[in-house]
Amino acid sequence: MALEIAFWVLAIVAIAAALAVVTLRNVFRAALSLILCFLAVAGIFIILSADFLAAVQILIYVGAISVLIILAIMLTREVERGSLSNKLVVPVLISAVLFFGTVTFAMLKTSWSLVSLPPAEATTVALASKLFGEDGFILTVEIAAILLLATIIGAITIVREK
Amino acid sequence: MSLGLEHYLVLSAALFSIGLYGALTKRSAVVILMSIELMLNAANIALVAFSRYIVPALLTGQVFTIFSIVVAAAEATVGLAIIMAIYRSRETIDTTKIDLMKW
Repeated sequence: MALEIAFWVLAIVAIAAALAVVTLRNVFRAALSLILCFLAVAGIFIILSADFLAAVQILIYVGAISVLIILAIMLTREVERGSLSNKLVVPVLISAVLFFGTVTFAMLKTSWSLVSLPPAEATTVALASKLFGEDGFILTVEIAAILLLATIIGAITIVREK
Repeated sequence: MSLGLEHYLVLSAALFSIGLYGALTKRSAVVILMSIELMLNAANIALVAFSRYIVPALLTGQVFTIFSIVVAAAEATVGLAIIMAIYRSRETIDTTKIDLMKW
């Protein structure tokens, strides 16, 4: 019962914060509600018994990406102009609602092959052996490392003064 | 009513649709990037929910989510670097005014 209450609270907070991101005129407040949405998603991960991912979500999204976004807002004087919309509001709103309806219909009508096993306790060790162990995802980990290196070099090259 | 896979999938679809709306209607490039982060988070929720309810012993969805977070961090970094470079040369990040490569 406690899990259900936690899920509904977190889901309502996440959707309200996401709506605030796309509707608020003040870009800085939109960034703050984006952080609230990230925190609610971390809570959803905890309910799904993905404890390591919840910690990673808070460290990377709430800690790093939100700081980057707020830095970009501060450096580009976005707060003065506000978050304006282009001419496509009505068609995009209709398409987004249609997309939501279609995806929800498809998801509810599909008969998923559910497994009623209890979730794994303490996923960190299991994830580490998945990532680094035998028959694991070690090649993908190395590709991700190269991607991050390329990102660092690319970001420095793009932002550097000529 | 107990929690099932469908609850998380509908939540994920709702967050994705909100992010889709923001990414297609906003003029500020930073707000578009924020909406893209929302969509990536929605996909992560769906991956973790599938991992929890369909392959609870394998954790494959959680491994995918880790790589998705890595790619999201890289995308945010390069995206914001491009926005800073555009702002420095054109004094605006309004996507309706950045039409240098528009046919």
